[in-house]
Amino acid sequence: MTTVSSAEQHTRRDFLYIATGAVGAVGAAAVLVPLITQMNPDASTIAAGAPVEIDLAPIAEGQIVKVFWRSKPIFIFHRTAKEIAEAKDVPVASLPDPQPDSERVKQGHEQWLVVIGICTHLGCIPLAHQGEYDGWFCPCHGSQYDTAGRIRKGPAPKNLFLPPYAFISDTKIRIG
Amino acid sequence: MSGHSTYQPTNRALIWLEKRLPIGGLIHSSFIAYPTPRNLNYWWTFGGILSFMLGVQIITGIILAMHYTPHVDLAFKSVETIMRDVNFGWLLRYLHANGAAMFFLAVYIHMFRGMYYGSYKEPREVLWILGVILYLLMMATGFMGYVLVWGQMSFWAATVITNLFSAIPVVGDTIVTWLWGGYAVGNPTLNRFYSLHYLLPFVIAGVVVLHVWALHVAGQNNPTGIEPKSDKDTVPFTPYATVKDGFLIVCFCLVYAWFVFYIPNYLGHPDNYIPANPAVTPAEIVPEWYYLPFYAILRSIPNKLLGVIALFSSIGILAFLPWLDTSKVRSARYRPLYRQFFWLFVIAAVGLGWLGSKPPEGIYVILARVFTFYYFAFFLIVLPLLGIFEKTKPLPNSISESVLGAKA
Repeated sequence: MTTVSSAEQHTRRDFLYIATGAVGAVGAAAVLVPLITQMNPDASTIAAGAPVEIDLAPIAEGQIVKVFWRSKPIFIFHRTAKEIAEAKDVPVASLPDPQPDSERVKQGHEQWLVVIGICTHLGCIPLAHQGEYDGWFCPCHGSQYDTAGRIRKGPAPKNLFLPPYAFISDTKIRIG
Repeated sequence: MSGHSTYQPTNRALIWLEKRLPIGGLIHSSFIAYPTPRNLNYWWTFGGILSFMLGVQIITGIILAMHYTPHVDLAFKSVETIMRDVNFGWLLRYLHANGAAMFFLAVYIHMFRGMYYGSYKEPREVLWILGVILYLLMMATGFMGYVLVWGQMSFWAATVITNLFSAIPVVGDTIVTWLWGGYAVGNPTLNRFYSLHYLLPFVIAGVVVLHVWALHVAGQNNPTGIEPKSDKDTVPFTPYATVKDGFLIVCFCLVYAWFVFYIPNYLGHPDNYIPANPAVTPAEIVPEWYYLPFYAILRSIPNKLLGVIALFSSIGILAFLPWLDTSKVRSARYRPLYRQFFWLFVIAAVGLGWLGSKPPEGIYVILARVFTFYYFAFFLIVLPLLGIFEKTKPLPNSISESVLGAKA
């Protein structure tokens, strides 16, 4: 055994300290993964988020119904000709989140507007057929949406989001 | 600072213990012989009141947890069971719910007192920052406790507050889903809030120990803002501060009891007696009164991300107060201009609280914007500049001179 102290020199022991510390740090980081991801949606919550089929036949013209998919409310709005015209006549560039009506609905099914019924501000459920634009009014912070579910006024930054959905027949949609 | 006496136990058992664990000496030097400035006024009793309220909340909370069920189908029912069936359950729940409000009332007075007398200034910066951390922990705890009731207001408060994080660019939605443990506020959310609501008060108690420790290192500030210079400037904690604190705790309890026994639901919202319904947002949603100023700041800014940033900065900015205030003089007594700006700040803060309870329209929006502007201007413009331009009044030579006059 040498007794020479080598503060300047890098020794095998320094290497062992660093290597041990590095392995320890990686181990600690790995332990964090389960501790954090356990809070994400569990398997049953994800399984319950499977697609749902909705029959549109009973929804009268002008009516808005609320269904649930992945615990989120989905608004299905059977728009009247007047409401479709209102949505189309707005100059798109004047909107806070510009999107033409054609991007909000499926082609050939323009009377059906399907949106996630959650205000894009802080997550409240807007009230149907209220506000200045014949669409929705959010009671929490006063955001207003038009007949295409687009934000027109208030603090919400985005239009009501569109869920993934498809027409499986003229009177039936599958959400999800 | 020299103490007023030292701990010398005469009891043999205490002497035996003291040699092995000097806890008696610690208590004696911290809460009996500890020198406190002789000129402390009643605004200095709110630290004691806050410790008392933390104890009340932990005791009533642990008991409520024995009867409460954290499940979406049972939570609201179990709260009603506590109210109707559990022996004295109504009393314990009203003590806990109103206790939270009293806790916040006391902490706001405590914070305003610190601001008025410059208690955050060197060498008490760490003490002040620990206080800001305590306040944040209190807000988180109070919010999660409110959610546990699982009424309509609980549910939608949980939805709105967790959605604040959705304003974060790119990762916002991922974070919110992670917080919820689902695609909306639901059973996993309620369960984790229950777990954290039980945990956080003990974290608060731990930080309180650090807060008191930091206080006892720097010593208490006092209405003159000058440090004690001799034994003549201080009196021992016991009996002087103990009795003064005790007296005001009793007075505070009178107010507390008045709420609990006469108007227990005055500070709550009637909609929270409707079970949570994820399909319907109540027509008007407001947070508990103690969050209203920040809610008003959020609403006064017509952009989601900026509104959320303003909300969090309005609290975060408090931590920087020791460096934003550039004046060497601590107490507002000797700062004639600061005193006026301080009271304007109190008006703005309380005014924002009032505006937070009003619908966001017309004159209310304009006023909220004016007050929000002043709130930030006070910290970012007024305080840094006052230290340069303000002509302060002469300070007394010592605490005892300020109390007894120059001949002392």
